[in-house]
Formats: sequence, structure tokens, C-alpha cells
Amino acid sequence: MTPSAVRSLLFIVAFLAAMALLPAFIRSEFWLTFLILALYTASLGQAWNVLGGFGGQYSFGHAMFFGVGAYAAAVLQVRFGINPWVTLGAAFVLGGATGAMVGALTFRYGLKGSYFALVTLAFAEVFRVLANTFEFTGAGVGMMIKLAPGAANFQFVAKTGFYFTILSIVAAGLMVAWWLKHSRFGAWLTAVRENEDAARALGVDVFRVKLGAITLSGAMMATGGVFYVQMFQYIDPPLAFGAGISVEALLVAIVGGMGSIFGPLIGAFTLALVNHTTTELIGRAPALSMALYGLLLIVMVTFLPNGLIGGLASLARRLGLRQRSGGDE
Amino acid sequence: MLEPQILWPALLNGLTMGAIYALIALGLTLVYGVLHIINFAHGSLLMLGLYAVFFLFKFWKVDPYVALLALVPGMFALGYALQRLVIGRGSHGKDENILLVTLGLSIIIENLALHFFGSETRQIETAYSSAMVNIAGASLTVPRVAASAGALTCCAILWLIMARTDLGRAIRAIAKERQGARLVGIDVEHIFAMSFGIGLACLGAAACFLLPAFYVSPQVGHTFVLVAFTVVVLGGMGSFVGSLVGGFAVGVVESFGGLMLGESLGQIGVFVIFIAVLLFRPSGLFGHKV
Amino acid sequence: MKQTRRIFIKHTAAAAGAMGFPLIGGAQPAPIKIGVLHPVTGALAFPGQQCREGTMLAIEEINARGGIKSMGGAKIQPVLGDAQSQPQVGAAEVEKMNEQGVTAIVGAYASAICLAHTQAAAKYNIPCIIDQGVAEQIVQRGLKNVFRFGPGYEKVVRAGINYLHIMNTVAGRPIRSAVLVHEESLFGTGTAQQIARDLPAMGYEVLETIKHANPTRDFNNIALRIKSRNPDVVIPSSYLNEYVLLLKTLKQQGVAPKAIYSIFGGGGSNPKVIKENPGDVDLVLDCNHWYNPKNPKSREVRARAEKKGLFFTHEVLMAYTVTMMLGDALERAKSSRREAVLDALQASTWSDHIMPYGPTKFVNGQNEGAQPLVTQYLKGDVKVVLPNNFAEAEAVFPARKG
Repeated sequence: MTPSAVRSLLFIVAFLAAMALLPAFIRSEFWLTFLILALYTASLGQAWNVLGGFGGQYSFGHAMFFGVGAYAAAVLQVRFGINPWVTLGAAFVLGGATGAMVGALTFRYGLKGSYFALVTLAFAEVFRVLANTFEFTGAGVGMMIKLAPGAANFQFVAKTGFYFTILSIVAAGLMVAWWLKHSRFGAWLTAVRENEDAARALGVDVFRVKLGAITLSGAMMATGGVFYVQMFQYIDPPLAFGAGISVEALLVAIVGGMGSIFGPLIGAFTLALVNHTTTELIGRAPALSMALYGLLLIVMVTFLPNGLIGGLASLARRLGLRQRSGGDE
Repeated sequence: MLEPQILWPALLNGLTMGAIYALIALGLTLVYGVLHIINFAHGSLLMLGLYAVFFLFKFWKVDPYVALLALVPGMFALGYALQRLVIGRGSHGKDENILLVTLGLSIIIENLALHFFGSETRQIETAYSSAMVNIAGASLTVPRVAASAGALTCCAILWLIMARTDLGRAIRAIAKERQGARLVGIDVEHIFAMSFGIGLACLGAAACFLLPAFYVSPQVGHTFVLVAFTVVVLGGMGSFVGSLVGGFAVGVVESFGGLMLGESLGQIGVFVIFIAVLLFRPSGLFGHKV
Repeated sequence: MKQTRRIFIKHTAAAAGAMGFPLIGGAQPAPIKIGVLHPVTGALAFPGQQCREGTMLAIEEINARGGIKSMGGAKIQPVLGDAQSQPQVGAAEVEKMNEQGVTAIVGAYASAICLAHTQAAAKYNIPCIIDQGVAEQIVQRGLKNVFRFGPGYEKVVRAGINYLHIMNTVAGRPIRSAVLVHEESLFGTGTAQQIARDLPAMGYEVLETIKHANPTRDFNNIALRIKSRNPDVVIPSSYLNEYVLLLKTLKQQGVAPKAIYSIFGGGGSNPKVIKENPGDVDLVLDCNHWYNPKNPKSREVRARAEKKGLFFTHEVLMAYTVTMMLGDALERAKSSRREAVLDALQASTWSDHIMPYGPTKFVNGQNEGAQPLVTQYLKGDVKVVLPNNFAEAEAVFPARKG
């Protein structure tokens, strides 16, 4: 491992250790829930980041992987009585398989840029319509999992149970991102993002690299779906496959900084804070607070075109610090 | 259940609905073809146009078709300003940032509408709203027929602008070769803003033709935005004729898909064709090779 | 537009008044905080806002007549929450409300949000008063903090079919066949499934069940299919926008069944719909939540709502009524402690309301006396036509010769 890889690994470990200690200091259930939801969004963003940030393939349809995970959890529990912890593994595999299938189709035919974005959107819609149709998935009625509190059922009585579960998922995501930063596969993926033809000329198997990225990304996204179902216990086709989830995932990743290890996390926490602040500020006119949220989004993009991570990095540069400080690796 | 006597009206329903889709997609395809951006705010801007038509009718009794005279220049100006002052500035030329800026715009527009216009669904009742035209045994409402005529006219006008004017030539030059156009002295920022303006002008026209046959609420944009993207890709980005044909195709597929598979599952037809076209002919039916 | 802004300003003022700014004349007891949780932005903004308006109407009434008397005239202070039309946001709002010390939560319109928010509130033992949320699972999960005042959809559908059968029998059985049209999510699908199951058992033929998407942009094909099946009655279960569009299209395409009878029809008993589309929806029947027109207080409440520029839809009247029920429970609880309020709700026998329910009686969180009424669009308004003890007018049935 290079020194910089070790350094950023240490940084990740330190960050996770701090996050693991955090609940001990938080008395407020509201803020604990806030952290859980921000981490959950960050996990979706990290999944998107693997394909979109590191690989430069912008997907508008990540909800399809999320939905596959959510429905895997719900269907396996409700129809087959399988323990939800087991469904987590199943969802990971199915999400990856869905990614591989969509990737094999779209990358085989060389779709890139906005074409790729729109084809993923269309796939997500196909999944939504299918889930809406078949009795097996509860059709339009959706699926509700039984209320059975207990850690063994992935329905924690204490919020900290959900906190540590989602923190573990985020930790795994950080390790994946770290690995992409410092592995050969990650280097290939970045090369594909920068210039596909050049990468090919250097002997990179572009198709297989992209396929690997979308498979990994889909599998990660699907675990987010399982977490959602366990936390809120109900899923229906628009919740699972609607554009809302896709947008949430790409939003936090882009706002935070694409292709960086901590980008999705920073994006998720910042946007959650912005949303919270705007509602607190003008909570009596909720529509205005949403509009303010949109305005702040535009302002952020205008003044931090390279994401918050990019902004932090250039701030650090201006302060005369070495660019490697912090999490911009 | 497929009765033969339904087929002909279903075809006409599909075609006229498709014309409305085409109208909405015309503006999108221009923006998409020239600026290569996916405009997330397209649906919200359509909603804004629909509200403009609604209020013109409600407060000043302006007929929606007369409102064209106000909506087309008004939306053009709005589009020019948005591109110049917000999107161009905020995006720094990066695709992902354009995406966020237009997403932010749509959140702002939608929620301002919710706050100031209220959440309720509005509709207008004109003398011809429910008037019917009979075409060989199939009944169509007058607004739907008018919308079809509107789509054809808009398409023709756009084609003329692109083919016969200096502006059109500049737009085409930029769509093909951005740097080269800049080098030969074309004001790229201005042309971008003009394209966005023209795109929104089309949307303004679409709003005038749509409202008499539909309704408006702060959420109404979502009803059409996905289908508009489908039309654009099917027809080929930047192709007006493509949008027209794509719109008709989507309308008809939707209509027959609904008849054969049920209205709910029937939606799948459009997306499957969409995916197939993207895979096998990504430049669309009428687009140039990518 | 102006109307909405005026309502908003009024609310802000009312809420500020309720915040307990010291009033002249002695110490005020601490206000009682009530969470008001609805989806007021996003896809469900319209019904969500209607619910919020209804809740505020009740809180203003309670405060205006001197607050909760058993607690020294304590005022109710609304803690407004926006679920942004998403279940997880609804659940997060519960956490916020809990820390702000709410005594109970009124909400949350949509079934999916209700499932999430009641469960989040259960952890803190916060009483949840359900204003709409018709999915049966909301009260069937064994949560002790959930109270649904209105009927769930199974009961409404059963009653709806019975009423249809009664009207039809009285009229000499002109109706023998039906086509069902429903939206594709929980509410429409669930309703239609149950109708399709129960109707044949009573001797009716269900010719076809047509499911449509949300949103549906064009109902012409559906209208044509209905026309070719030629049913005696069309039974739609759709949300407001689609409901109106469907009925307009039926009219345009000349589809005139003997009756249009909806169960939970999104726009079947909405004063705004009949006002704006008189020609399209006249004589449509709907089995839905509705107030008891024989109760003079109903007229008074409706007049008050309309004076504020509101359309008195069932969202408004249900949210209003459940909040008044909470006021009664607070009065008897003599305390803003959640346990006391839970007990008071559990023991509730409240009958001073505008609904046709009789005294409340909660069994497993469901008010047993809750029942729907059948209304018909008559002379530009919504009129109750069944059951007879609540009817204001005689049903025009069948509406047409067909």
C-alpha cells in the first residue's frame, strides 16, 4: 500500500470510530433519527458514486436496484417467511444481478452519457410497472412486513440498532470507495471515465470494467432498499422504483463531490442539514422552505462547481495546506 | 378484450394524444440537441405555462388560443434569461451541474406555485372544451384536434427557423461543433440562451394547446416529463420531425398497449420500445449518428 | 390564489395566538401541544393541506370557546409537520414532535404515511388520531396508540355494495351489470378487489375491471371500452384528478350508464367538483365519509369552513372531527400526559360530533360505530340520499334510462 492509501484508510477508520462513539453523546432521538436517515441517504449516494462518480456513467434509474432490494426483502419475508437478515444477502446478490443484466445490455451496445442515463430511467419504470402488475409483489397494494420488534428480525426496538446497521453499510461503502481509489480496478474505472478510447488503447477491457462497476453499484444500492423496508415496513411500486430515490442518490453524490470517498457522506449530511434548517426557518410555509432548499442547491452548484469536497480542497489550498489533507482522496 | 370497432378511435386517440406529447417534446429536443443537457425543469416550466394560460383566462377572459400571443414571447424571454443568468452561470459547462441546477429550478418553481397558486387542481371551461368532432365514426374533442394542428404548425415553424435563418444556422453549427463555432465568431452564450428561449417558447405554445383539454396543478409537470423524454429519444435528439413522429408513435403505442395489456401494464410498451430504440438505434428514428 | 394566501395568513395568526402569548387577565395554563402531521408539499399536497385546514378549524374552535376547561382553560397549540408526501419524512417528523413534547398527533392522510408515523409514535406512546388512512393494516398491527375514528375501507366497501343493492331493489332491479374502474395503488386496487369479490355474490355481473395508472392522461380508450361493454353501472375508485377526467370523458364520448356509483370515489362527493363540472358529474352517487346533514352543527361548521374560503371536502370534515374528538378526550383526561389521553381515548363515548356514527367506541383502535353515507350530486351540491335516517333528498336512481 502506498503511504497515501494508508493515510486515507486511517482517516476512514478514525471517522468510523468517531461515528460509532457518537450515539453515546446523543440524548435526542430526533437527532439520532436524523443521523440514521442521513447515513441511509449517504449509502444510496455511495452506491451511485461507484458507477457515476468513479466510472462516469450517470444513472437516472438507480431506484431499480433499490426497489429490487426492497422487494427482495419484502417478498422473501412475507411469502416465504425468510429471516430479514438473510434477505439482506439475497438482496445484495439480486441487486448485483440486476446491475449485471442492465449493464450487459446497455454497455454491450455502447450507450453512454445521457443515453445511458435515460435508458436506466426507462428500466426503472419497467420495474415499477411490473411490480405494479403482479400479485406476487402485492401489485399496486404494495407489501407490508409484519411488525415483530427485535434485533433478530432486523426491527430494532432501540434506534441505535438501526444506527449501527446503517453505519456498517456506510462503512462497507467507504471501504469500496477506498478500494476503488487505490486498486487496479479502480484505476481502470477512472481511466474509462476520463477517456474511454484512451483506456481501451492502454489495454483496459472497458466493457468488463463498466460491467463490474454497475454490478457492484447495484448490489450496494439494493442493501439500501432492504434497510428502508425494515425501517418503515411498507413498500409499494412508486416508493421503490419511483424517480425520487434515483434523484436522491445522484443528488448527494454530485453535491458532495463525485468520485471521492467521502463525497456522498458530506453531500448527504449537508443536504439533510439544509433541509432541516429551511423547515425550521419557515416551517409554517412548507412550500416556501422547499423552494429555499432548491435555491440553496443552485447556489451551492454555482459556487462549488466541483462539489463540496472540491470546495473544501480549494479552501485548504488557499489556506496553504497540503491538498492531501482530509478526505479528498 | 379487443373489439374491432374500438381500433379506429383508439388509433385517433393515440395520434392526437401523441401530438400533445410531440408539442411538449419539441422544446425539449431543441435544448437537448443543442446544449446536450437533460433539462429536469422542463415539466415545471410547462406547469408554469399552464398556470399563465389559466390566469389569463380567469382574470382577463383571454382565450387559451389567443394567449399564444402572450405565452410564446413570454416564455421565450423567460428561457433566455434562465439560461443566461442561472443555468449557464451555475453549471460551469459541466453536465452533472446542469442537472443539479435544473433540478433545483424545478424544486423552486414547483413549490413557489404550490405556495402562491395553491395545491388545488384548476381547469378552464371554454365553449369548445367539450365540443366534439366526428371523424369517420370516432369522436374527438375540439381541443385535441386543435392541439394536433398546433403540433404540426410548431414543428414546421421550428424547421423553418433552423433551416432558413442565420440563427438556425448558428444553432446548428454550435450543436455540431461548439469550439469551432466560437472560433468563427459566434456568440455561443447568446445562441445557447436563444435555443433555450425557443425551447421554452414551444413549451408556452404547448401549454396553450394543452390546458383546454386537461388541467393544471403544481404537480402536473410530472405527468408529462417522462413521456417527453421518451419522445425526444425515440425521435432522435434535436430532430423536430423526429419529435413529431416520436410523439405519434408513443401516443399510439400507449393507446394500443392500454387496450391489449390493460391501462396499467400497458404503460410498459412505451418503455420497452424506448429501451429497444436506445439499444439498437441510439440516435433515434430521425437522429444523426452519434 | 389570493384565497390561499389569505388562509395562510389567517392560520399563522391563529397559530401565533394559540402559542400562548400572555393574554390580559391572569396567568394562562401551559398550552397543550398537538402534532398536526400531513403531506402538505409534494404529490399529496392538496388532500394534505385540506386535512391541515380541517385540523386547524377544530383547534381554533376549541381555543375560541375557552380551551380545555378541565385544565383551567389550557389552549391547544398546534405543532405543524410536513411529511413531504414521503413515509420516512413523516416518521422523522414524529421524532421532532416527540421532542417538542406533543401530547398527541393528528394525521396523516395517506395510508403509507400512517403506517410509518404510527409506528414511530408507538415508541413514545404518543396517541395517534388517524384522520383518513383507510388501509385496514393501520389498526390491525396491535399498536396501542392508534385510534381511527372513521371507517376502514373494508367496511365502506361492504356498506357501499349493500346500499347499491338496496337502491336497486327499491327501484325494481334496473341494474344487473357493472364495470369497475380503479387507480393502481393501495386504495383503488384494494377497493376494486373487494367489490369484484362481493358484487357477484349478490347477483350482479362484473363485466370488466379496468385498472389505470396515476396519472392517466387520457381516458378515451377506457370510455370506449366501457361503452362497448354497456354496463348498467360504472363504479370508479380513483383519485380526484383522474376521477374528474374520467367522468368528463364518459360524458364526451356519450357513455351514459344507468348510474355512476363510486365507493371512495376521489371526486364523487366534493363540492368543488360539482361546482366546476356541473354537467359532467350531475347525479353521480358516492359512498364515502360524509357528515350527518340532520345535525344542525354540521351546517354551522360547513359555513365556517366556507367562510374561510375552503371547499368542505371529506378531508376537511374528517380532520376537523377527529381533532374535536381529541379535544373531548383531553377534557376528560384532565392532563396532557400521553397515558392519560390514551386512556381517555380508549374510554371515549363521544357523541357531540357531526358524523353519522353515534357515540365513539374504540375496539383495537377502530371506532366501531363509524360508517359511510351515500351522497349524490343534486342541484349543484352534495346531498345525502342513504341511509334513510340521514337522507336529505331522495336518490335519483337510476339516474338515466341507460
